[in-house]
Amino acid sequence: MSDTVIRIRNLHKRFGDLHVVKGVDLEVKRGERIAIIGASGSGKSTILRCLNFMEMPSDGTIELDGKMLGTEGRANDGGAARTYSESELCEVRTRVGMVFQQFNLFPHMTVLENVMEGLITVKRTPKEAARSRATEQLAKVGLQDKLHAYPGKLSGGQQQRVAIARALAMDPEVLLFDEPTSSLDPELVGEVLRVIHALAEEGRTMLLVTHELGFAYHFADRVVFIADGIVYETGTADDVLKHPQKERTQAFLARFTERAF
Amino acid sequence: MEYTWDFKVILDSFPLLLRGLVVTIELWILAFAIGLSLGFAVSLARVSSRGWLNGPAIGYVELFRNTPVLVQLIWFYYAFPIVLGAQLSPFTAAALSLTLNTSAYCAEIFRGGIVSIARGQWEGAKAIGMTRAMTMRRVILPQVLKRMLPAFTNRGIELAKVTSLASLLAVNELMYQGRLLSSTYYRPLEILTVVALVYFVLIYPGSYLSARLERRLAARD
Repeated sequence: MSDTVIRIRNLHKRFGDLHVVKGVDLEVKRGERIAIIGASGSGKSTILRCLNFMEMPSDGTIELDGKMLGTEGRANDGGAARTYSESELCEVRTRVGMVFQQFNLFPHMTVLENVMEGLITVKRTPKEAARSRATEQLAKVGLQDKLHAYPGKLSGGQQQRVAIARALAMDPEVLLFDEPTSSLDPELVGEVLRVIHALAEEGRTMLLVTHELGFAYHFADRVVFIADGIVYETGTADDVLKHPQKERTQAFLARFTERAF
Repeated sequence: MEYTWDFKVILDSFPLLLRGLVVTIELWILAFAIGLSLGFAVSLARVSSRGWLNGPAIGYVELFRNTPVLVQLIWFYYAFPIVLGAQLSPFTAAALSLTLNTSAYCAEIFRGGIVSIARGQWEGAKAIGMTRAMTMRRVILPQVLKRMLPAFTNRGIELAKVTSLASLLAVNELMYQGRLLSSTYYRPLEILTVVALVYFVLIYPGSYLSARLERRLAARD
């Protein structure tokens, strides 16, 4: 096993004529916690979503554990996009888990069933084993007393914790968080951040797109500031958030009045 | 109104009407069951992002929804055999056209249901490694079927009524028997009234259940 879990080279993403990600290189080391920050529309979420192929990269390569994903191919628009089989992508997604801004739980399943679903359908875990693993993960996020509730009956913070448990149940090597607290009421943000923080303590490899700069400061080994679809500035949390070298990073940070670090 | 009702005619014609009813039910169940399955397949093609699946599916649905059922029935009996090079029995032609017609409507119901599920559900499933087929079966359909039940019940009711058009191809279903008997006995008032009542008894329970179901589902949401 190499030290680098994910290596992205020259990642591009276009939506029609809109060029959102314009050549990003990034390496993620095992156990590293990276916070990705930037203004809305800078492309930070899109970069994250390319890592588990929620969005298909228009160009560039992604390596997972030293293995180049996909095969050489030619996209319809003449670009050099690689082609990926559905089975490969599904396998990658079990190894690179994701937590969304909008939770995306299954409303017709109970909390427990939501967390068991991937284990049963994707990993083919026997039901009893899946149940105990799911229960374990839900206990970890503090929801052991909500196993049989439906997501619709939970607060946003609780729903997001279920979503985290669902991702954790698959035992991913890397966890991606796409603005996990952006759609929560302010008083619910804390409980979700505490869970994410606890995962960080476990030494999990995590990438977090966030607007919570205070949290990013304490959470991240490395902060990546994205502007206009490129990595504009990167370094330790201290470097980027406290002593930004570049003008746009400074301007971005200046707009956050509550710099809680 | 000077009219002497003849109820004996009804008793005499009842066995034939019942036989017609059986054919009506056969036609109904056959067209509905296959129409539903075929409609589901068409809806999958319809929601596909691949043009070669999506395009023909749109054409199919629009063709059947924008031409009269009666024209379709007659076309499948008189015109299709020329293309096919083999004669179809009236029942087969009627069953075929009603099935295809139903499948087109069902495809639209399925499609509406499938696209009504928020994109986030697909993404949530995708993110834990589920394939599209798994997601459809475990996440999308269980939610969609509930929502679509009223629409499908309505479709079933509509189809039960439309089967009566098969009488024009001399399929010996309920309406055909009714017309035959009423001209044999010269008693259209008694016989056609009974025919209408039999249809009502056949269809009303479905309408009633559908309305109740709709209310219950509405109350739950």
